[in-house]
Amino acid sequence: MSTSPHDVLETLAAHIAQGLGSAIVSTSVAFGELTLKTDAARIVEVTTFLRDDPACRFICFVDVCGADYPSREKRFDVVYHLLSPAKNLRVRVKLEANDETPVPSITEIFPGALWFEREAYDLYGVLFSGHPDLRRLLTDYGFDGYPLRKDFPLTGFVEVRYDDESKRVVYEPVRLNQEFRNFDFLSPWEGTDYVLPGDEKAKQPN
Amino acid sequence: MTANQTLVADAPKGLVDASGRPIGHDDRFFREVNAELSDKGFLVTSAEDLITWARTGSLMWMTFGLACCAVEMMQVSMPRYDVERFGFAPRASPRQSDVMIVAGTLTNKMAPALRKVYDQMPEPRYVISMGSCANGGGYYHYSYAVVRGCDRVVPVDIYVPGCPPTAEALLYGVLLLQKKIRRIGTIER
Repeated sequence: MSTSPHDVLETLAAHIAQGLGSAIVSTSVAFGELTLKTDAARIVEVTTFLRDDPACRFICFVDVCGADYPSREKRFDVVYHLLSPAKNLRVRVKLEANDETPVPSITEIFPGALWFEREAYDLYGVLFSGHPDLRRLLTDYGFDGYPLRKDFPLTGFVEVRYDDESKRVVYEPVRLNQEFRNFDFLSPWEGTDYVLPGDEKAKQPN
Repeated sequence: MTANQTLVADAPKGLVDASGRPIGHDDRFFREVNAELSDKGFLVTSAEDLITWARTGSLMWMTFGLACCAVEMMQVSMPRYDVERFGFAPRASPRQSDVMIVAGTLTNKMAPALRKVYDQMPEPRYVISMGSCANGGGYYHYSYAVVRGCDRVVPVDIYVPGCPPTAEALLYGVLLLQKKIRRIGTIER
């Protein structure tokens, strides 16, 4: 029996797929990491199995995060990372979600997921059912929108300033004195692929 | 040197100029102050000068550490730079402090809290904006969550540039604030 890290993960993947049956849509091992794909509706069953099965024992909850793929029908991925200190193994569980159907919360299994799910809700707008306190976590009080979605503008919609007449901090629509410029080119000699402000009248190289 | 000999430290030399005498021994200001003191035994000045002098010498600063700049702000109060030798002492309560150092990124969520703290400070009050983020948003200028400069929320007296500014830079900002108070310090009557 071979014990290379890749084989260990393949064996584990086969064991999990057998134990959970149709709850696991697919498994893959890439870059020395095991990724499981599951249905949103069955995430509680999957995490419970991963925590309690004697061959898994993924008792350490690492994080829940989101990812946005706007071109997909179900645009969000919700990604769970778990660690098994007993087996010295990690696993990643992915599921697809949209902004309407809620994903079952795993706070009953891992209480630490509470704030992570709030964060995912805050930044992506993924809903979690059965979550005891699904409020925004990081963004401003009364914030509108989900900042980590790809279609959210970088600069947002409002900015704040102190208003001396009403004696409080007020919100106003964003007004930028200079547009955002992206200096993402490899060397300074390549330059930008657009005309820099002030260079409009300069002769353009062909 | 034998083992029984008493250890005596050398007399401190201090900073000496080219003539071998301490720096400032021929300073006109100190000579005049010295002469007046030894002649009359007291100094005459205006109450305004005295009060602004006292103010510059006992500036209590309110720490408003928001990000990595706070580390440099701590450093400036540590023994190496030691702002307390300028009478610039940390004070944990806004109601007993004169200066607020805004050290770090001011977010939209934090802005009302910053203003509330500033409003609690007694007059005369001063603000030092420390670092790029507090000066104008800095790295986060185009972010949806960051105030583009803390001068949108509170009036700023001294801007200290840098990301983060060194403790020396902040110390220089403190000295500039003291200079500003000496020059344009006003007393409400």
